[in-house]
Amino acid sequence: MLALLGADRPLAAVLVSLAAAALIRLVGRWPTVREACTFGAGIVKLGLVLSMLPTVLDGGVVESARLTLIPGVTLHLRADPLGMLFALVASTLWLVTSVYSVGYMRAGRYPNQTGYFASFALCVSATIGLAFAANLLTFFLFYELLTLATYPLVAHNRTPEARAGSRKYLVYTLTAGQALLLAIVWAHSLVPGGEFRPGGMLPAGVPSGTVWGLFGLFVLGLGVKAAIMPLHGWLPAAMVAPTPVSALLHAVAVVKAGAFGILRVVGYVFGVDVLRDVGADTLLAGLATTTIIFASLRAFRETHLKRRMAYSTIAQLSYIVLGAAVGSVAALAGAMFHIAAHGFIKITLFMCAGAIYTESHRDDIRQLAGIGRQMPITMGAFALASAGLAGMPLLPGFISKWNIGLGAMSTGSWVFVVVLVGSGLLNVSYLFPIVYDAFFRAPHGTVSPERPSLTVPLAATALVALLLGIAPNIGVGFYRLAWSAATSVVGGADAGGLP
Amino acid sequence: MTQHLPILIVLCPLAAALVVPLVARVSARAARALTMLATLSSLVCAVAALRVALREGDWHYHLGGWAPPWGIEYVVDPLGGGMAVIVALLATLVSLYAGPHVRGLSSLRGAAFDSLFLLLTTGLLGIALTGDLFNLYVFLEVSSLAAYALLASGGERAVVATFRYALIGTIAASFYLLGLGYLYALTGTLNMADLAIQLEAVPPGSAMTVGIVLLVVGLAIKMAVFPLHGWMPDAYTYAPPPVTMFIAAVMSKVSAYALIRVLFFVLPAGDAVETARAVLSWVAVGGVLAGSILALAQTDVRRMLVYSSVGQMGYIVLGLSIGNAAALTGALLHVVGHAAAKGCLFGAIGSLPRQTVQAEIGGLAGAARRAPLAMAAFTIAALSLVGLPPTAGFFSKWYLLRGALDADAWLFAVVLLVSSLLGAVYFFRVLEQVYFVPDPSAPDTDVPSPASPPSWRMVVPVLTLGAAVLLIGLFNGVLVSSVIQHALPEL
Amino acid sequence: MSQLGLGQLQYALAAVLLLIGLYGMLVKTNLARKLMAMNVMQVAVIVFFISLAVRSGGTPPIEIAHGAADAAYANPLPHALMLTAIVVSVSTTGVALALLIRIHRRFRTLDEPELLDRLRE
Repeated sequence: MLALLGADRPLAAVLVSLAAAALIRLVGRWPTVREACTFGAGIVKLGLVLSMLPTVLDGGVVESARLTLIPGVTLHLRADPLGMLFALVASTLWLVTSVYSVGYMRAGRYPNQTGYFASFALCVSATIGLAFAANLLTFFLFYELLTLATYPLVAHNRTPEARAGSRKYLVYTLTAGQALLLAIVWAHSLVPGGEFRPGGMLPAGVPSGTVWGLFGLFVLGLGVKAAIMPLHGWLPAAMVAPTPVSALLHAVAVVKAGAFGILRVVGYVFGVDVLRDVGADTLLAGLATTTIIFASLRAFRETHLKRRMAYSTIAQLSYIVLGAAVGSVAALAGAMFHIAAHGFIKITLFMCAGAIYTESHRDDIRQLAGIGRQMPITMGAFALASAGLAGMPLLPGFISKWNIGLGAMSTGSWVFVVVLVGSGLLNVSYLFPIVYDAFFRAPHGTVSPERPSLTVPLAATALVALLLGIAPNIGVGFYRLAWSAATSVVGGADAGGLP
Repeated sequence: MTQHLPILIVLCPLAAALVVPLVARVSARAARALTMLATLSSLVCAVAALRVALREGDWHYHLGGWAPPWGIEYVVDPLGGGMAVIVALLATLVSLYAGPHVRGLSSLRGAAFDSLFLLLTTGLLGIALTGDLFNLYVFLEVSSLAAYALLASGGERAVVATFRYALIGTIAASFYLLGLGYLYALTGTLNMADLAIQLEAVPPGSAMTVGIVLLVVGLAIKMAVFPLHGWMPDAYTYAPPPVTMFIAAVMSKVSAYALIRVLFFVLPAGDAVETARAVLSWVAVGGVLAGSILALAQTDVRRMLVYSSVGQMGYIVLGLSIGNAAALTGALLHVVGHAAAKGCLFGAIGSLPRQTVQAEIGGLAGAARRAPLAMAAFTIAALSLVGLPPTAGFFSKWYLLRGALDADAWLFAVVLLVSSLLGAVYFFRVLEQVYFVPDPSAPDTDVPSPASPPSWRMVVPVLTLGAAVLLIGLFNGVLVSSVIQHALPEL
Repeated sequence: MSQLGLGQLQYALAAVLLLIGLYGMLVKTNLARKLMAMNVMQVAVIVFFISLAVRSGGTPPIEIAHGAADAAYANPLPHALMLTAIVVSVSTTGVALALLIRIHRRFRTLDEPELLDRLRE
């Protein structure tokens, strides 16, 4: 086992949480042992991912052994800068969410916690797997595994509402999965092996009709998880899940898997130039801007806190998609960095929502007046994260938006800059009233005191978000990873911005 | 002894079928043991023979020492040998699974059950191994007759359905026989290999066309392809669980095998075969869609599974009507994967306590707590039929899609994907009940209730098949490159 | 020429029997009649095969005239095949009759629409 851990770290990083899922099932009777499994696996996984970081930062990649799945197509993992970035976000946040989950699930006395933690571990395995996937089939395997592992989590509460939400989730994601499968099989008939290559894998001279068809299927397949409108319907419905699920999966793992997939497809399957030649980038950009505007507007109408955040997520994801569509180095780097930035910010927001619900059983925005005085740490983190989401300088949301905007300007697309600024304003106006009411209006009702198992994780992610905004390369170097991935995709042709 | 391996595969269950009723008069336990021993030794022989065939090339065994075309030969090649291994494996598992069912019968009826089950196995193994088209007819009828009797043991509703099955099956067999007569009149031989050579020299004409059409139609009816599946739902739903498990898993697969054998290894490539394949492709599309839609409309799980079979057989037919290497690989992999998955599904449902089985899908509420292992296997098999990775069903779908795209048959690709989605709808409807709806009769706790778990004799085969579905998926590359690739016809 | 005509007549007989059988199986509503029609259809197949064996002026294969080369006796193989087919047909009929008896005992009718009505209850 140790030899395996040393020799094949990308695979080991996937298997650790897979093994944890099985182990959690076995020791489910003893909650303490079960939680120890989760933490142990989380720490080992993070360690494994971090151990590959120096190589990747130096411009190398860490590859796993190839296991033949279909003659000519292998199960193959490779830690490259983009994958590394996503894997780091996912494994860090898994650890944080695990601490939070234990507090949340125990405080709320939720049933069937064993199944919950096992599915959670499975989800993280799938996420790491698709982050490191080196070819299309591997990506697809983990993409579908992620769908399946999330399904029980959405349905966790077993209420008719939860089951309806999970059904909707499945219908959307499985349909998308079939479109993606068709796209992948088609791609395989053009490129044997379907291996991701920075700058695009397609051979020269693929007719533009084929590019359009293939790209359309890919966008359809990935756009559901990335919640591009009008494929976003499942995300608000899936908010019936327990809050940690919404936090990690519907703010980080699942939706980011979609956005990450779009970055992979744009940069490593087609290549920016191929898409620009046929004009497919305009389609993607159009979808993204529409989504940003409409989702931001739609967020106003929601008074349920988690659902409002779901629409905010939909808008934020489309920043990443927009960055991919713009396709310059700066825009791509901004989009990739936004995976990390939005991850830390949004998980903070969701954990705040969960903490509020646990202590006060409130989930409607109109009931939150004055709660900031009763739960100062939680609402402090909430305020910080809201500012980050709106793209205030010195917070990470600003860095990604700046880069995407810069990229848009360099290609002369001013309209995108306007959209970015406008949506920032919308963000402010649908999040800040909550903060204002929480701190500056009189509290009503009683709220139990904040418990550390909930406040420590959310304060930690808020702090990381703050640090990332001030020094984006702090710690693991998310920003460097994003730049290194973006330059490898575009080939440094039109570099610019903040290296 | 080893030089007789090919015939031993068929003889083991045949001999046991004759002896079991006698042994049962002395000891019912011994009769059971003999049944299991016979299927197991058949499996061992089949695996050994297949290994030899893969290592040293096709193994032609001349029955009684008479060389073809005068004598009957048995051929162990990757296709037939592989099929025999699947049948023998399922038979071995089902003979274990049938334990609790047979113990519930009187010793006479129990012996009859085992004897018929062994005869059915004999027939199916014979179809897989024979190199003679008339011999194939005889085995087809041996297996059908045993199947009629077994299916009819499920009560009055099953009897009516079985009678209809017997009529349709006989029509199919007669068509097959008539077609065979035409080919025999043209060539004067019944040996498959010899016939293939002789037919090459025969100029295409109406006699050949009629013969081919009759042969193909006969086998297609035996496969219960849409729209000739009408007898299946009642017969399978009311038959005893081991019978349904075995028949649903392998019987239609063996007919599919016979169709592949005839279409690709006996009949000469030409207009008639092309036309037959074109017609089959539309039958397949109809079957895939109709099966999935009808499955959606069912409220009884077993009926739902039957209609899902109608759709899944459509996949196989679609693969062989597309007919390129990728599509045929997909069809053959689907034969293997679907046999394991459908056996697992019916086995898992049959292993639940009787009162659950009579109920509708709603009656499965909370089944995951009562029978966690069986339901875990059920879930894996269901995912395979939906075609989700990393199960066997996903990879066969991959090859089929690849084949469809290679042949520019976009419509077929879309049909495959749509039926996957419909499959997801009807299977997740069941899985939701199994896992997420609390059992109305039991308190909702984290601890599984100890009340009457299924017998291990039923759980072990079901789990084995569930694991097989997963392993076939993960190691399909090995399976394809070491067996299925060699089983493909030269295209 | 007359013998050729006779040969064609045999094939025509087989075809007519086959159609009668199929018609009966598809159209008749009484299960017993369907079973009889099935038998007729099977006889058609047997007639067809036996017709294949006929050689004009041929002898039975047991008394082969010396000196006459090939084609002088009827082909024995189709006869052998049909013996097997008859066995199969008898077995099928047996099983089917057993099923009919059980149906009749339980439902007191062999009329298909009525049976289906009863089953739907």
